[in-house]
Amino acid sequence: MISTKTTQLRRIRFSLWILVAAAVLALGGAYFVRTIGVREPPSVTVGEAAIRSEFSLIDHNGNRVTEADFLGRWQLVFFGFTHCPDVCPTTLAYMANVLDRFGGEVERVAPIFITVDPSRDTPEVMAEYVQAFHPKLVGLTGSEAEVAAAAQSFRVYYEKMEEETAPDGYLMAHSGHIYLMTPEGRFEDVFREGEQSAEEMAADVLARMNGKQ
Amino acid sequence: MRKLIAIVVVALAVASPALAEESIRVFDAWARATILASRPGAAYLTIESAAEDRLLGVTMPVAGQVMIHAVEKDGDISRMKHIETLELPAGERVTLAPGGMHLMLMGLQDKLSEGTTFPMTLSFENAGEITVEVSVLGIAAEGPREAAE
Repeated sequence: MISTKTTQLRRIRFSLWILVAAAVLALGGAYFVRTIGVREPPSVTVGEAAIRSEFSLIDHNGNRVTEADFLGRWQLVFFGFTHCPDVCPTTLAYMANVLDRFGGEVERVAPIFITVDPSRDTPEVMAEYVQAFHPKLVGLTGSEAEVAAAAQSFRVYYEKMEEETAPDGYLMAHSGHIYLMTPEGRFEDVFREGEQSAEEMAADVLARMNGKQ
Repeated sequence: MRKLIAIVVVALAVASPALAEESIRVFDAWARATILASRPGAAYLTIESAAEDRLLGVTMPVAGQVMIHAVEKDGDISRMKHIETLELPAGERVTLAPGGMHLMLMGLQDKLSEGTTFPMTLSFENAGEITVEVSVLGIAAEGPREAAE
């Protein structure tokens, strides 16, 4: 009888210790995962100081332009390329839709499309391309180095991916953000097509334009 | 009630467009108008297969080559990934839509003009070949449903 009780007590004590051990493991595990295992995705809004509008490129009319040509207007900037079949036309069509919702205020906005594929996106190609989306849209291209410098100032990432079956053997990977820059050329925010409707983005941008007058 | 639902389901299935093959439904096939013939186009559609199947390839007279592309999001970078075949789980809708999976149309004979249509043939492992008409929508279109609204 006594021995049975002792065994039972031992069992209970044993079970309790297992519970404690399990709790410690669970908490420790959670802590481990939070601190080391799962890293937060890199923040998009890296901060105002990091992202600047700084470039020297050729517009779709063949003129050299720099960020100074767009100062005084709010800039919507998107990096892409004309061989991009899906994300770029989707995003540019979205930008055009946003612009159409600005009404007369559209004069205070400079929508800019910068190619990350300048060897194929000449000013002539850019002219035909941007005009199909919106009469206000400005297409910018340049040398590989000039485009790389522009992307660097906006902290935009892009890369050339070898893909045998693609036209000319490569595709471009790029971030699909639309940058909103202030009339002073400072970073204000990023937007992504699909995350809010064109109405919502237009209302958001207009509110900032009018709030900062 | 169950009978009624069955009738409605059958009626819907019969009424659905592009019912080329009993076990597979292809609908909302559309392409975005392109600006330059020298640039690839994109087409989208929804496929629903009653039985498990696999899309092996797509051909169309307007394009030299059609590739199935998935989009991989790595943080805020989008990479297009060429996929050889598209798995179709039984009874599940697989949708190709802007910003995600799409058909990349290369070697276009001419630019795709809004308001036109062209045939597209899909080859399935089990169901065989199905041909559907693809509507070319405007450059800013997001899909045929939105256009209809």
